[in-house]
Amino acid sequence: MNFTESFRIAFRALAANKARSILTMLGVVIGVAAVILLVGIGTGVQDEITGQVEGLGSNLLFVVPGQYGGGMGGDQAPPSRRFTLEDSDLLARRVPGLDAVVPVIQASTTVKRGNQTVRAVVAAANEGGSEVFSGTLAGGRGYRRSEVQAASRVVAIGSTVRDTLFPGQDPVGKTVTLEGQRFTVVGHYESLGGGLAGDQDSQVYIPVTTAQRVFNLNYINTIVIKATDADRIEVVKADIRRVLTPRYGEEFTVFTQEQTLGLLSDLLGTLTYMLAGIAGISLLVGGIGIMNIMLVSVSERTREIGIRKAVGARTYDILSQFVIEAVGLSVLGGIIGITVGWGGAALMAKFTPVPTNVTPWAVATAFFFAAGVGVFFGVYPAWKASQLDPIVALRYE
Amino acid sequence: MPDGTRALSRVVLETRDVGKQYKLDGVEVNALRGVSIAIRAGEMVTIMGPSGSGKSTLMHIVGLLDQPTTGEVILEGDDVSGLSPNQLSELRNKHIGFVFQSFNLLARTTAQVNVELPLVYAGISGSERSRRAKEALERVALGDRLSHFSSQLSGGQQQRVAIARALVNNPSIVLADEPTGNLDSRSGIEVMAILQELNDQGITVILVTHDDRVARHAQRIIHVFDGHVQSEEIVLNRILAGTALATLPAEEVAG
Ligand SMILES: Nc1ncnc2c1ncn2[C@@H]1O[C@H](COP(=O)(O)OP(=O)(O)OP(=O)(O)O)[C@@H](O)[C@H]1O
Ligand SMILES: [Mg+2]
Repeated sequence: MNFTESFRIAFRALAANKARSILTMLGVVIGVAAVILLVGIGTGVQDEITGQVEGLGSNLLFVVPGQYGGGMGGDQAPPSRRFTLEDSDLLARRVPGLDAVVPVIQASTTVKRGNQTVRAVVAAANEGGSEVFSGTLAGGRGYRRSEVQAASRVVAIGSTVRDTLFPGQDPVGKTVTLEGQRFTVVGHYESLGGGLAGDQDSQVYIPVTTAQRVFNLNYINTIVIKATDADRIEVVKADIRRVLTPRYGEEFTVFTQEQTLGLLSDLLGTLTYMLAGIAGISLLVGGIGIMNIMLVSVSERTREIGIRKAVGARTYDILSQFVIEAVGLSVLGGIIGITVGWGGAALMAKFTPVPTNVTPWAVATAFFFAAGVGVFFGVYPAWKASQLDPIVALRYE
Repeated sequence: MPDGTRALSRVVLETRDVGKQYKLDGVEVNALRGVSIAIRAGEMVTIMGPSGSGKSTLMHIVGLLDQPTTGEVILEGDDVSGLSPNQLSELRNKHIGFVFQSFNLLARTTAQVNVELPLVYAGISGSERSRRAKEALERVALGDRLSHFSSQLSGGQQQRVAIARALVNNPSIVLADEPTGNLDSRSGIEVMAILQELNDQGITVILVTHDDRVARHAQRIIHVFDGHVQSEEIVLNRILAGTALATLPAEEVAG
């Protein structure tokens, strides 16, 4: 008997038990759809975040206190010493070939106006901030060098903050309250969309000196450096190390954009694999469902197997018939699952802020995994069926 | 039919001192003990005996569905003991057609597909298969029931589908174990008529029954008792089902 024949027999059997076939398939459909959707989310988030980092430009360097190894292990000690504004001044003076040295403080806060409040993330920097933060002014201006030097209470606000506190109004020149202090709004930004990556629309930008004063800090979190020439990034990095080592020893780290990307994609890759793993478990459960139904089906059809053997079916004929049934269920379930998962991912990208990206690689993997599940969980019941003694099978009621 | 032709025809199937033991909870049951029979080509033979005498066991062994514990089974001159299950499957497919008491048709499957089954495993192509299945169903007067499901057929019709399946691959032997056991008398007579007709066309028919009336449709009866051959008997006044059928009140002759 040839393969086409086994195929026809298997599909006739599946069609004869439509409700059961569909329910069995459902397990695989859900599993595969989950794999496609979750991996699609993982990949989409990864793409967006790395895209944002790349968008900053490859000539950026990030200097942070403390030692960070290559991996993402959790064994880093908290930095023993923080950077100060003095360090960023020193770098600006001593390292040649720089466009900007930007000391950065980040903090979360609430911004008030009258009885309206909104949660916001403070991104404090110097006048070079616009070089390293993305965002386009919708009106007004950013703070000036003189305002940084004077630690003026001026603020440029993101679109969410503006729309909450100044709905339909021009905020420029108005005041808001931040950490109990009155700030004058000097500018506001256009919406950046993308709800991930810390929601940049909820940020407020103030001078770093002002931030130190209102938050009562004497340190800064990070120093962001923009090199003039992206090709000289390694030279600049060496220069930074040379300047900071006498002060901090090994207790600081300089990240290039490439390294940051590497770390991020490590982390996000792990996340994607975790999502795939969770989804994979549901696929496995679907596979066990197939095995269960196939075992039931084999014992229900013992007599059929006996009849087939009596009229000449060999072990191989019965084996292939039942394996094809299992694989047919899982492949069909796989195809439907891919369609559902892909559709879900597309809808998600359209109607929620969560980005998704369904890659051909993920589709192919999910498909072959589903088929593999069918083979793996179908072989045992099929083997059992093929080993039945024809007489015992014929006598079976 | 005690005439010269039988003596002349070759032996198609033979058992030599066949024994079959079952072990049930450590107790040995001797279902067969030293059975030697020879069936000649073109014969119609009945294996007869009371319940539990070992008829079905013997039929399974001569039908190559089962292997004897001791002794040999010779089909068309070849010893088949010790062959693998797959080799036995192929021999069954090629040489033997089965008719069972409980029909054993595939449920939710049409008559046509049921009859095609042996041809599927013989590796015969689709169009050839459907032609031969139709032909076989016509031979049992079911040419108009090709696409009926087995559940939509009467018992007699189902048994005729089973006979069509048994003969579709041109076997040398048809084995029928109590083929009329589940049928009313008229359907039973129809089935016996078909089996006799097949035998007239040259197919060897081995009938298994405990019923003397059914047994006497054959030319020869082998009496088994308690697992061994007790006696053999040539049937003197053989019942001809075709004649019996003609005398029955004219009724819708199932078709
Ligand atoms: N699989 C088995 N395991 C154990 N004993 C068995 C098995 N099959 C048959 N036997 C025993 O072998 C003996 C013969 O059984 P068999 O089925 O051949 O009888 P039979 O002549 O066909 O009877 P019946 O007319 O009732 O069908 C019986 O005693 C039965 O219990
Ligand atoms: Mg019996």
